[in-house]
Amino acid sequence: MHGNKFRHNLLTALLLGPAAAWLVVFLVLPFIAIAVFSVGERAPEGGYQAAFTLAQYANLPARATAFWNTMMLAPMGALACLLVAYPVAYYLALQAAQRWRLILLALVVIPFWTSLLMRTYAWMYVLGGRGIPALLAYVGFEDIRLINTPGAVLLGIVYGYLPLMILPIYVSLERLDRRLLEASADLGATPLSTFLGVTLKLSLPGVMTGFSLVMILLLGEYLIPTLLGGGKVFFIGNALVDLFLQSRNWPFGSAIAITLVLVSVVVLIAANRISTRVSGARRVDLI
Amino acid sequence: MTAVPDIEFRGVTKRYGAVTAVSGIDLAVPPSAFVALLGPSGCGKTTCLRMIGGFEQPSEGQVFIRGQDMAGTPPYRRPVNMVFQQYALFPHLDVEDNVAYGLRQARPRLSSREIASRAGEALAMVRLAGYGRRKIHELSGGQQQRVALARALVNKPAVLLLDEPLAALDKKLRTDMQIELQNLQREIGITFVLVTHDQEEALSMSDFVCVMNGGRIVQLGQPNEIYDEPVDLFVADFVGKTNLLNGKVAGHSGELVDIALADGTIIAARKRTALQKGETVSVSLRPESLSLGAPGSGRFKGIVRNRIFLGSTAEYAIEVQGIGTLLARADHLIGHGNLFKPGEPVAIGFAAGTPLAFPDPKNNGTNQRVTKHVEIIS
Repeated sequence: MHGNKFRHNLLTALLLGPAAAWLVVFLVLPFIAIAVFSVGERAPEGGYQAAFTLAQYANLPARATAFWNTMMLAPMGALACLLVAYPVAYYLALQAAQRWRLILLALVVIPFWTSLLMRTYAWMYVLGGRGIPALLAYVGFEDIRLINTPGAVLLGIVYGYLPLMILPIYVSLERLDRRLLEASADLGATPLSTFLGVTLKLSLPGVMTGFSLVMILLLGEYLIPTLLGGGKVFFIGNALVDLFLQSRNWPFGSAIAITLVLVSVVVLIAANRISTRVSGARRVDLI
Repeated sequence: MTAVPDIEFRGVTKRYGAVTAVSGIDLAVPPSAFVALLGPSGCGKTTCLRMIGGFEQPSEGQVFIRGQDMAGTPPYRRPVNMVFQQYALFPHLDVEDNVAYGLRQARPRLSSREIASRAGEALAMVRLAGYGRRKIHELSGGQQQRVALARALVNKPAVLLLDEPLAALDKKLRTDMQIELQNLQREIGITFVLVTHDQEEALSMSDFVCVMNGGRIVQLGQPNEIYDEPVDLFVADFVGKTNLLNGKVAGHSGELVDIALADGTIIAARKRTALQKGETVSVSLRPESLSLGAPGSGRFKGIVRNRIFLGSTAEYAIEVQGIGTLLARADHLIGHGNLFKPGEPVAIGFAAGTPLAFPDPKNNGTNQRVTKHVEIIS
């Protein structure tokens, strides 16, 4: 028995080992390094110099614009994603014929097979001078600028992260007991009240999962603002790249990164609380 | 009947693609009645209930509720409420909010005080006062059943629809709920329409039983009529336990018909339809109409193969040479010593006229539908 237990533990350790090692080397250690950097000082020639000071955190307001832009973009982007994704997920889960459902779901996922970088580059050309603006000029709308605008960034975000929003909402709607909808109608609820009182509330775990997933990815977003925002729309991600690679102010960059992580954790916890409170103990765990 | 029926079906047919689930139903349910739709799964009973609730639309014919044609009326505008199979309670609401759900839909809006007091009344009616703030998943099956009842009754519907409401409960609780439902129906005096596949449930609770098979109504009557005077072999076999003996019509003697059984015995049976001499028939003999006695008396001689002691009665499986195994039920009288043991020879008797002869569907082809029904929706 004793040997059995030992073998069992050994097997568990072997199975978990690679993942644990990976996480330690590429997540835990870098995170500790960043935390240490964030209370340090910038060396005169750039980089890090050991110290213990909260000066970097005190200096955060210097990047207030980047924070502000990110804090606006992330929830707005996630909200825009949600508004587009919910009707799609609703249709897939409750309206689409069974035989089409799998095909339609595959269509949602297929864009993931191409890298986001490639797809965002494609949007650069679609929105750029020779893309849609050229077409619009052809029908008489001259001088319409699409690329390098906040709208282009929002479009890129919705396009890039839509599947991450659709799938968890789809899952929670698919699980929804249809008889609850009949019970609601039977008790006198119009289709709209049934949607608001039953469908929406019971799909909230999926909504919150999708929302926090997209929002957290957006908090660290770098690619889409750079390619479609053209540097005019400046985000924390861009600030980090700038601080670490150009001005080589590692401690300040680290302080910003740590703050970003803390904000993400707060967002996650809040989303989780809201969804468990409104819809009971059920939740959709994808992250 | 002078009063407007609470529920009326006129020539209602429901088809799903090529499959006909309900075919040409005519039915009128008088006010304040407790009606059971009884039949095997796929017989169309649930489809009928769902057409009353408005979840299905008839392909042909009309459904009336209190004289109003319901064509095109959505479920939320019908004066009926349903207790769903497995209850379909809202998991995100507590007991009181589940019960108050229907009240909150009322327009013009009810005051929150009225909602609270009516929800409280409904909960008290199903003996759940004080459970208002419980979560649904904290309740037992029986309590969930009561919440579903309170939720359906709180809107004071003209008709309460019950879709296999007791199927998920254990036997003891089921019996209690049967009595409670009956009392409740008498108390509030509205029509209850119950869908069940359990003949005992249908017979014990309802004023009228509507036996369905293959999408049609086979027989409509009071429980004792259905049990004592089944119109065909299907009803005789489906409602209650019975012995079915094969035989041929040997002749007629007045109202009764003489049947020659497989072993040559001739018994006198009642009939429901005209039978030709020589026609193959099935004879139904209820277990309780058989009487057991010491060998030498009676109509059949047999040997007890099995005894199931049920407390007040005992059921015997008795092997009769040339006929097969007969099921007999005998009252158990304490101290009477009237129990027979397996292996013991017994004589079986029955009063003349208790057997009922039906044309055998296997040989006549007239009643094919009785045994061949398509499994569609339950």
